Amino acid sequence: MNEGFERIRKQVMWDRLLSLVEEQARTLMRVAFSTVVREAGDLSAGVFNARGEMLAQAVTGTPGHVNSMARSVKHFIAAFPLQTMREGDAYVTNDPWKGTGHLFDFTVVSPAFCKGKLVAIFAATAHVADIGGNGPSPDSRDVYAEGLFIPLMPLVVAGQMNAQLIQIARANSREPDKLEGDIHALVASNETGAAQLRRMMNEYGLSDIEELSAHILDSTDRSMREAIAALPKGRWTSAMRIDGFDEPIDFVATLTIDDENIYVDFAGSSPMSRHGVNCPMCYADAYTTFGVKCIVAPDLAHNHAVLSRIHISAPEGCILNAPSPAPVTARAIIGQMLPDTVFGCFDKARAGLAPAEGTAASWTLRLAADPGLTGHRGGTRFTAQSFQSGGMGAHPLGDGLAATPFPSGVRAIAVEITEALTPLVFWKKELRQDSGGAGRMRGGMGQSIEVGSREDAPFAVFARFERVENPARGRAGGGDGAAGVVRLKSGAVLASKGLHIVPAGDRLSLEMPGGGGYGNPETRDPVAVQQDVRNGYISADAAHNVYKVAMNQRGEVDMAATKTMRELGETRPE
Amino acid sequence: MIGCRLAADIGGTFTDIVLEMPHGFVSEKVLTTPQAPEQGVLTGVRQALARARVTPEAIEVAIHGATLATNAIIERRGARTALIATQGFRDTLEFAFGHRFDQYDLLMQRPEPLAPRPLRFEAPERIGADGSVLLSLDEAAVRALAKQLRDSKIESAAICYMHAYRNPAHEARTRDILTEELPGLYISVSHEICPEIREYERASTTVANAYVQPLIASYLGRLSEGLLAMGIKAPLLMIMSSGSLTSVETARKYPIRLVESGPAGGAILGQHVARQVGANRAIALDMGGTTAKIVLLNEYQPRHARMMEVARVHRFRAGSGLPLRIPVIDLIEIGAGGGSLASVDSLGRIVVGPRSAGASPGPACYSLGGKEPAITDADLLLGKLDPENFAAGTMRLNEARAREAIDMHVAAAIRTDAPTAAAGIVEIVDENMANATRVHASDHGDEIESRTLIATGGAAPLHAGRIARKLGIDRLVIPVGAGVGSAHGFLRAPVAYEAVASHVMSLKSFNLQAINALFARLRAEAHDIVNLGVGYGDIVERRFADMRYRGQGHDLQVELPVRDYGPGDGESLARLFDEAYLRVYNRTIPGLSVEALTWTLELSRAPPQSPGEQTSLRVVHGVAKPSGQRSVFDADLGARVDAGVYHRNALQPGAVFTGPALIIEDQTTTFAPSAFDCAVSEHGHLILTRRSGA
Repeated sequence: MNEGFERIRKQVMWDRLLSLVEEQARTLMRVAFSTVVREAGDLSAGVFNARGEMLAQAVTGTPGHVNSMARSVKHFIAAFPLQTMREGDAYVTNDPWKGTGHLFDFTVVSPAFCKGKLVAIFAATAHVADIGGNGPSPDSRDVYAEGLFIPLMPLVVAGQMNAQLIQIARANSREPDKLEGDIHALVASNETGAAQLRRMMNEYGLSDIEELSAHILDSTDRSMREAIAALPKGRWTSAMRIDGFDEPIDFVATLTIDDENIYVDFAGSSPMSRHGVNCPMCYADAYTTFGVKCIVAPDLAHNHAVLSRIHISAPEGCILNAPSPAPVTARAIIGQMLPDTVFGCFDKARAGLAPAEGTAASWTLRLAADPGLTGHRGGTRFTAQSFQSGGMGAHPLGDGLAATPFPSGVRAIAVEITEALTPLVFWKKELRQDSGGAGRMRGGMGQSIEVGSREDAPFAVFARFERVENPARGRAGGGDGAAGVVRLKSGAVLASKGLHIVPAGDRLSLEMPGGGGYGNPETRDPVAVQQDVRNGYISADAAHNVYKVAMNQRGEVDMAATKTMRELGETRPE
Repeated sequence: MIGCRLAADIGGTFTDIVLEMPHGFVSEKVLTTPQAPEQGVLTGVRQALARARVTPEAIEVAIHGATLATNAIIERRGARTALIATQGFRDTLEFAFGHRFDQYDLLMQRPEPLAPRPLRFEAPERIGADGSVLLSLDEAAVRALAKQLRDSKIESAAICYMHAYRNPAHEARTRDILTEELPGLYISVSHEICPEIREYERASTTVANAYVQPLIASYLGRLSEGLLAMGIKAPLLMIMSSGSLTSVETARKYPIRLVESGPAGGAILGQHVARQVGANRAIALDMGGTTAKIVLLNEYQPRHARMMEVARVHRFRAGSGLPLRIPVIDLIEIGAGGGSLASVDSLGRIVVGPRSAGASPGPACYSLGGKEPAITDADLLLGKLDPENFAAGTMRLNEARAREAIDMHVAAAIRTDAPTAAAGIVEIVDENMANATRVHASDHGDEIESRTLIATGGAAPLHAGRIARKLGIDRLVIPVGAGVGSAHGFLRAPVAYEAVASHVMSLKSFNLQAINALFARLRAEAHDIVNLGVGYGDIVERRFADMRYRGQGHDLQVELPVRDYGPGDGESLARLFDEAYLRVYNRTIPGLSVEALTWTLELSRAPPQSPGEQTSLRVVHGVAKPSGQRSVFDADLGARVDAGVYHRNALQPGAVFTGPALIIEDQTTTFAPSAFDCAVSEHGHLILTRRSGA
């Protein structure tokens, strides 16, 4: 067999690793009980070499676990040395600092053996159904109140499930069956991956995967270095402010790019919050790394070689590096802001690299009715979670997507399904005109939602909405996206955070934020503006006043008048 | 005694005609005529009749499948279509699933809705999830809408109101008003096209139906007239994506159900062959010029689904197309075919597909102007194809052009020679197909090993041996006529119809009356449709429910007993769900309540037996002698081997020989790797079995 074909075989085996972690993830998704695992893909799966370096991670999964799950494997190897691992063992934790950022996330790590020899490690992470404590509420004052904390420990020993641990977990959960099911799903998912790896090793007659591992990491590292070489070198700082809980939160990111590495440091960012929105460092790392990768190497497979050239840091005690026992359960609302923050740095490094800011944190509706909440005895009790989003920021090369989550990968649940399971009625769910930031490329539109009850009864909304005070900012002369609005249909404006009661007969009305625009709107293609008016994405007024496009009575662009109008107007530098 | 049956399959390049007679088959291949597709069909039928010396009157039934609906959507050649939605919901089509199907691509784009926003209108009305009227239909507003539709020059309209699957009154009334105001307008209503919960999928399906309806209706009209003018008075049946047949009348009403009927034909042929060779658990692989389709068969049945995606815009990626909620055979399709092009990416990795050379310019070795290397070029260089003996000798393959294309576009970039690069290209595409099969199986918790792989389509028999090795499969079947699969499959399809209705119900409060009434209604609806007066078998009824544990997002389709339900059946249905759940997930969750969302009733009538089924061919056991030798690359061994060359039409049932072997026939070539023994079955199928320990 010649050397060229040997190289191609390595590529095939690499493809196989990527496929088997996908199978690992799909198995987890299929078997898990947690709604967010299935509907929102809040999970990860990956395969590691015997040094704990990640070789492949499933595409199916959430950015919140990028890098954090990979790091977690190193913690496991430190706690349980490889020579002590036996066939049929598996380990578990939900430690927010050594796992993926909050108690809901269980990580299971399983050694894979082939012919009696430890050849690889599989890891899978999933957001479980319930872990006790205050659940998803950000009101806990420390991690102890947030639920059961399981330090790194054996879960399966020589094929035997740790029954005591399962009993303790069950006793602490409101959904013991589902929690146990989720834990089993994680174990089964790793077993699926390991079985497929063994099959591949037999097919190719391998006794270990060290050579393959070196091939994957070396070629990825070469590409990663090339990608970094193409970037400008230097140091740039950018800041972004969001509404926060009691007071605004500032993120300050400093990006450093040298010849071979990328560094992001968050010195200057706000201190820890007393609410459970703090990020353990691993989680801030995950979302920031995700943002960096979107810009630098979006097509590169995710593995140790990519991660080891991206270095994220934040001073201890800041909201992005909150030490134990800080409350962290709702850390996603903060973590999801980090790609936008780091995009600000990349934009300063070189215009055209990064998109404008977007809604970032999703506008998930958490609605419920219960006498304990509303003080009303009649009516059906229910809880409902409906994933919804504002617009994405405009990209230098294209308009932002409307009503689409970024960086989260959540998928919306059908309105009809929510209505079939609860007394809720959505009276409106439509695109919000003029909410996308104006620009040469337009920001993605937000959406307007109006929701009430079929019954003559009140219901509660757990508001956790961002970008109400601080809209998504445009870049390069692009306008800001519209800010969000939370109110009752009868008129009263509600605070964007906290518990509100929507009285019987009234409706909750949400205007979700738009993404920022990119570039001077007066340079937008007049035909695109005309199309936006026809589609009702922007008003005729905006076309005239903001985009400076003149249109005749049939709604067609008057090119000559547009040219005149644009030349007379103040020109904003792009 | 059965008469003659005719099948016509319009593909992208060729239109295949198969005429089945009491004593055998005649088949014709003519060029597809995209401007007026019926012309190609009529020409082919005329030729087939003449060649078989059969009069038009002898034909008892004509069966037809076409990719017209799919192509109209992909190429955006459908009608100017309006959507009329519940006030506040006209953007459902544009929100789609509200997610990103490509996590890292900041420039990801969704497909444009088939009804653009200026053509999406709203009517004041609202039905609740329980079917109650929350807001009455504003009829005056609908009448005013009619004027707007006229002014907008709408050719076809889709009406999709919230919860119309539960209470269709407002949709029906809206249709009546629009029909009064705009006679002749094509109208699709969601409670008929897709009476299922989930507003986006329902709207997308209904709008797609409206979008293709005028085109399909006029095509079917022209085809029926043409057949009649030729003297063929037999009923014309259409093959649907579910792999079953229906009348032209139903096809006109539900044209969207004709999408992807060609691949369904391949799956049905796979099913038919699986029965003949006793492969109750099988994988049907159909690899043609552009894509490969993979279907898993359990107990001889292809898995059915009620969701597919058409016109994916982003690298074939799931989520990037338009969802259609219609009964379909659950198949995965990947960009891997004989024409798929190979290149090298920035990481120095070989990439194959989804770009394809198609039939024109075709692979480089066709000498029709293709410069980039295709899978066929690589197969040629590896010795798997005989350049003098391709497509019944009608085309001479040019090995020098294949080598040049592979050298320039692949070998140079990875610093190797052309034969090695060719081996790499084939290895990558085989790996892609194997991986797609594995991931598809793991989505359903299906095992792969111990299955039989049935390979059809022009390219599959060349690749199936290596794919089997990758999947750990020991038995391969290359059916008779593997190269022209779909049209043959049409002749094996049953007449069937699935009627569905959503009614969300907890089985703890199982409402007997409601469900019995619902099934009675579905049966009446399906009965009219399958009662076609053609010589197919008795009506068989099956029932299914989509169920799930309350709160779980994933539905599981469970087969139900066919009878009126009585007290205690809530529990027995829940038990059936538990059993199904156990099969797929290896566990149940005691204590969780079970709910049902959607109910399905299927009536079907089996096709008449084919001549091949009635009499087995004469079996003569004996070792076949090769007619020659070729040097072929065997990827299992990573080396070239000397393979015996056999001509398929010279092989008698009962013949045996050993791999490595190449078996040549007009439309395809089979490569049996070194590890396989070969035998010809009593039905003429080629059966490859891995030698134990190999």
